[in-house]
Amino acid sequence: MNRIELTRIPFIKNALKNRYPQLAVFIVMLIGYIFAILAGLIGTPVGSHNFSIVFVWIAWWAILILVAVPFFGRGWCAVCPIPLPGEWLQRGAVLSPPDKKPKWLNLRVPKMFRNIWLQNISFLLLALFSSVLLTTPNITGIVLAAMLFSAIGLSTVFERRAFCRYLCPVGGFIGLYSQTAPIELRIKDKQVCVTCEGKPCYNGSSVGYGCPWDVFPGGLTKNTYCGLCMECIRTCPHDNIAVNLRPFSADLTKPSTRMDEAFKAFIMLGSAIIYAGVLLGPWGAFKDAAYNVGSSSWFIYAIVFLAIIFVVLPGLFTLGIVDTKNALPLKQRFASLSTALIPLGLMFWVAFSLSFVLTNASYIIAALSDPLGLGWNLFGTANATWQPMLTSMLAPAQALALVGGLIWSARTAQKAAGEVKVSSIPVIVYCFFATCFMLWLLL
Amino acid sequence: MRYRFSLLLLVMAGLVVAFAPLPVPTIAPQERTFEIDAHQFAYSPSDLHVNPGDTINIHLTSTDVVHGLYVDGYDISVEADPGQSATLTFVADKPGSFRFRCNITCGAMHPFMIGKLTVGNNSWLYRSIGLSILAAISFFPLSSFSDRKTKEERIK
Repeated sequence: MNRIELTRIPFIKNALKNRYPQLAVFIVMLIGYIFAILAGLIGTPVGSHNFSIVFVWIAWWAILILVAVPFFGRGWCAVCPIPLPGEWLQRGAVLSPPDKKPKWLNLRVPKMFRNIWLQNISFLLLALFSSVLLTTPNITGIVLAAMLFSAIGLSTVFERRAFCRYLCPVGGFIGLYSQTAPIELRIKDKQVCVTCEGKPCYNGSSVGYGCPWDVFPGGLTKNTYCGLCMECIRTCPHDNIAVNLRPFSADLTKPSTRMDEAFKAFIMLGSAIIYAGVLLGPWGAFKDAAYNVGSSSWFIYAIVFLAIIFVVLPGLFTLGIVDTKNALPLKQRFASLSTALIPLGLMFWVAFSLSFVLTNASYIIAALSDPLGLGWNLFGTANATWQPMLTSMLAPAQALALVGGLIWSARTAQKAAGEVKVSSIPVIVYCFFATCFMLWLLL
Repeated sequence: MRYRFSLLLLVMAGLVVAFAPLPVPTIAPQERTFEIDAHQFAYSPSDLHVNPGDTINIHLTSTDVVHGLYVDGYDISVEADPGQSATLTFVADKPGSFRFRCNITCGAMHPFMIGKLTVGNNSWLYRSIGLSILAAISFFPLSSFSDRKTKEERIK
């Protein structure tokens, strides 16, 4: 299947070039985000009746992992409100570039941090405390506020969206999984970029800002670091930027060679497996350990969590791909072949989230009417009773997601193995056992 | 041609694994009673196995706050006050694996207070593993046909 350029459709192109539709969505999102912080801090401590828990960890999460990431890649980043206040402050403007820029430090992020290791660490930090974070409104409120203020702080020190690009715990995995999405932003003609003077898509111009994600669109080969902010569509003087519809996982045909991205794949795969066992399994001791932060059982849980992600999963994977006859360094094979875990991890998260979201979605109806749990009844639905949804469809849907993920990963493994000229069998076997374990946990 | 035939064969094998009826063991239905303690945020025991057609009595005793027990798929529930017991009786006439979960908000980890009821065979698990085996072992010949086809197309 070839690419279909969506920006050829005048309505789509105009909607993306115009700043106002995006600004309207941004403002709605920012209001919702600030309300989630406030609800977390001043609303009821009962998570299932608090807007911050219900709308962030059930509604937003469902949209993100079941729709936005698989079908739109970094589509969420295009409308995420977290970088907005910092960016407005950094630019000294809300819409078009001002005549005079405000004097912030505008430093370049140090080279040692220009990777996704910080995002890996920030995700793991949240993951270790996730049982508390997912269920305690004031913790969710504090974390959401901390993300907002971190983004503001980094915007005043560093250039562009340093928080989104290097620190956001969510942005890291969205970037990883956005490679599987059937949407991409790419240039139309490379030669146009080569001869373009001033590179306004990267450096900015009077009509728009330089890429907030610190990416030169002319060199884009994968979705990972393009935040789909559409700024380059506005600044390109040659109309050389396109948003394309493409086959799923088109970016994975050229496997990554970066260890930070490889470990991101293991972190996400391992977290999905651990959450499925701890949160959705029948073992109360695991839940106690995960929830009682600071207790000795929690420390054991944290050590086991990190050991699974950094030792067990990568260790078994490495054992499978060790081949003394191959001339390519093991590190490079490890990074390239771990590309196969990207679709598998995404489908593990889809299967996990289906269970979590479908059984708790009915809380959204009640929280709409009483978002702070203060006894309001705005739309007459505050007393809606909890009722799991579509439970008869859950097992088949999870089975389909997991088996489909295995097939998708096996195909990706073959392509990645072809690139580094090794056998894909060990990777497929690894994916098979991981899938069987996840099936056992969820079904 | 060989590729299409293999693909057809694979799809047919997949359909058999996914939908072929599994042998049902002929065990006479019994009456089974489970004493389940509920406390924040777990059931004990939390993993129940019964045969299809069994009549199940669940005596739910809450040892701390009010807890409930809702069985997914059966859409039935029972609630127990602190220190009290309540009974849920039903016929396990739907085979498969079902989660049971607390349906009364009982604290922070309430949404994750979950147990598991297996009625007969966990057929979705077995079928899914069967499909996974089929997918893994059939992948190589199929994709080699696909690769060959792509190469031929490129040469043309």
